[in-house]
Amino acid sequence: MSTLSPEFSLRPTGRLRRRRIVNKIMEGVGTLAALLAVAVLGLVIVSVAVRAAPAISLDFFTKPPNIFGGPGGGISSAIVGSILIVGMATALALPLGVLIAIYLTEFAPRAVAVPVQLVLDILNGLPTIVTGIFVYGILVIGHTQSAYAGAVALAIVMLPLVARAAQETLLLVPSALREGALALGVSRWRTVLGVILPTTLGGILTGGVLAMARAAGETAPLLFTSSIFNPAVSTDVSHALPNIPVLIFTYSEQPDQVLHEQAWGAALVLMAFVLVASLSAKALLARSQRKLGR
Amino acid sequence: MASIPSDYPVTHPRRGLGDRLGDHGLKAITLAAALAAVVLLGAIVWKVMELAWPAISYYGLSFLTSDTWDPVRKEFGALSFIYGTVISSFLALLIATPLAVAIALWLSELAPRGVRGVIGSLVEMLAAIPSVVLGLWGILVLGPYLSHTLEPWLHDHLGFLPIFGPPSSTGTGMFTAALILTIMVVPIVASICRELFLQVPSELEEGALALGATRWEMIRGVILPATRTGIAAAVILGLGRALGEAIAVTQVIGGGTKITRNIFGPSDTIASKIASSYQGAASGLEAASLLYLAAILLVIGLLTNFVAQIVVRRFDPLRGAR
Amino acid sequence: MTTHNVTIPVEVGPVEIAQERRAPAPAQREVVFDIRDLAVNYGPTTAISGVTLEIYKNYITAMIGPSGCGKSTFIRCLNRMNDLVPGATIDGQVLYQGQDIYGDGVDPVEVRRRIGMVFQRANPFPKSIYDNVAWGPRVLGMKKDLDERVEKALTGAALWNEVKDRLKKSGLSLSGGQQQRLCIARAIAIEPDVLLLDEPASALDPIATTAIEELMHELKKEYTLVIVTHNMQQAARVADLTAFFSLEVTESKRTGVLVEYDSTDKIFTNPAEKRTEDYVTGRFG
Repeated sequence: MSTLSPEFSLRPTGRLRRRRIVNKIMEGVGTLAALLAVAVLGLVIVSVAVRAAPAISLDFFTKPPNIFGGPGGGISSAIVGSILIVGMATALALPLGVLIAIYLTEFAPRAVAVPVQLVLDILNGLPTIVTGIFVYGILVIGHTQSAYAGAVALAIVMLPLVARAAQETLLLVPSALREGALALGVSRWRTVLGVILPTTLGGILTGGVLAMARAAGETAPLLFTSSIFNPAVSTDVSHALPNIPVLIFTYSEQPDQVLHEQAWGAALVLMAFVLVASLSAKALLARSQRKLGR
Repeated sequence: MASIPSDYPVTHPRRGLGDRLGDHGLKAITLAAALAAVVLLGAIVWKVMELAWPAISYYGLSFLTSDTWDPVRKEFGALSFIYGTVISSFLALLIATPLAVAIALWLSELAPRGVRGVIGSLVEMLAAIPSVVLGLWGILVLGPYLSHTLEPWLHDHLGFLPIFGPPSSTGTGMFTAALILTIMVVPIVASICRELFLQVPSELEEGALALGATRWEMIRGVILPATRTGIAAAVILGLGRALGEAIAVTQVIGGGTKITRNIFGPSDTIASKIASSYQGAASGLEAASLLYLAAILLVIGLLTNFVAQIVVRRFDPLRGAR
Repeated sequence: MTTHNVTIPVEVGPVEIAQERRAPAPAQREVVFDIRDLAVNYGPTTAISGVTLEIYKNYITAMIGPSGCGKSTFIRCLNRMNDLVPGATIDGQVLYQGQDIYGDGVDPVEVRRRIGMVFQRANPFPKSIYDNVAWGPRVLGMKKDLDERVEKALTGAALWNEVKDRLKKSGLSLSGGQQQRLCIARAIAIEPDVLLLDEPASALDPIATTAIEELMHELKKEYTLVIVTHNMQQAARVADLTAFFSLEVTESKRTGVLVEYDSTDKIFTNPAEKRTEDYVTGRFG
């Protein structure tokens, strides 16, 4: 038997070599882009950590800002205020978001689900400063700024995030679970509240924690609702309370070195919170997925 | 053999009143919640328009074509800020889109498998940085750096182009703002695009590679055309983010009120103007003008979001192949 | 390892399953693929092992066997598509016209240009019919006379008359059988020497299947065809030579092996191995 004598090469020549070079260049471009993104992330984190260092002390966490704007103050009142505002916002947004998600996944006919989904997606992309002005218009005008108004503004920002996270979790529930309960003659509402919701708790909490992390850093909604405040520690939610994002914002605009350091310190606290929240959300998600048997 | 007693209930007991009430009740409550969301959006639109109405009826549409913003002479117009918004967003998307698509391609197609998850998470973490922190970094770190390095370099070498005028001394200006916006937009567009690229059926990829195409040729010939609608939607969503960002932009953009071609000069966008002037409004007219700006921002935000959602839902070249 | 001597009778015996089939005389057989001791591992699992056979030019060689015995894995080695599977290692030699396609410095991209593949599920690109066929040639630099090339490929795939008036329409608008023929046209447009077909008709209805099988008879005049099929009758209808794969099961591993390779007539009427006989007579698999 004869074998064809090779008149060709399987090794790259001519045009193929050029195509291979183009391929390699494109791979390089992609790698560079990814590295650039990671480098920027690293730069920002390092900047915050390094520049916050001089400001960090026990006083920083336990003392409110100095009334006269000099050294020696801290951000204790802003921490308290942020906890209160974000806490209230979560208490508002979480139940509402879950209810909406339940409606969309369990009850809604397609004709209703589509526009509601569209509304949620539009709310998600609304400029947060517009949200702030809206709440200003309904809760602040004619009264005063209040932490409560700030919480409402943040809740509006959080709502689409919570609803979407809850929806995705609810959709993951195997239909066999639903049908099993219903086939036993258990009523709809008992199925949802007693069977479906418990299995989705982990995912919903994850969504809630991530939404909280996002809300903690939002400044624009609070500019109009909780930005003119007494720097002392207070828990009076009917008035504006100091909060971390607005503090960072106002300090950053001042030409004062000490205030800048405090702003970096507050930024470090904020980023640490976001990091911890994201990591616990991931851990929560992993745990709840294990329970679902995935 | 025992027989079934005649009074044994053969049918299931009728569902109790409690069950039926509970079912209807749950449906009603959740429906109310869903409707509340719709009402909320309507209320936002209505309220913001109502707040802006005094200014709208005072200026009419000439507000949109005047580039004066003078609190002393009490003459206000939105044109400078519309210009600032358009240019800063355009610049940001110009830089961010190729970067984000490249990152997404790298994460979904080119990267060694071990690092994909790690780098992907890091890129997403970029999106988690609060905008006020990014703005702080912009004023105190990025801006000064740019004003000493990149801006003078561009001005020296390309200064014949009016956009590369004299660099800013403080590092604040349109250019810095555009870069900060880029940092915000890239992770959003990249994560959407990454999902898109992963969804391209592997059979299509194999079909292209089996023809003797290189990886890049496969990407360019199959993946990118198949996902171009999704990429467009992602870019529009990123645009929405850039348009609506008030805080980080106002921190770094320098607060100019005139239209200037020099991208290193001070400027302002609609959102950033509202954020910077909210407390210092000297007159009722200035406050009303700011609210008019808010109404304009609302309309722009709604439009871009709406268009993005329509694009996502309607045009999808892969529809037959999935 | 026993080498398989291919004994090919000069005369075709009285077998009703046969269509017109030409038996390659020993002196005229041209070896296209010379495969020696091929083994593929996906991580710890061995998919196939010890496969040795030759593929001859302008014949249709079919791989048959029960599902999971490595037929697809084998065929994907011939155009280095297994490179795309993470964790896959390939041992042994695959000589294509005397050159080892897994040798040092060999570019899989060039290998795939010469050895085309048609997949089990038709996978046309979401482009127009014209662009589906023209994309490969464009990328590879065959840009001259593109229109003629596309027409020639579509004609060669027995699709030209059906689509010549709607070349701009999306490839996805065709029926399943037409899409598969479009994929064949796409593959032959770049002028390969070999066509690998991995269960090309398994997703198609009987009429479309017949069209593909008739097409294969035409295609073998110009190309060398290697097909994988789980349908024995198809192999009997279409193939000149048939290779029977099966699973060797030990306590710890299941490995695909080549059991017997011979002319189709022999495999189906008088197989040498008992395992082959059991399979083709339906006793198992």
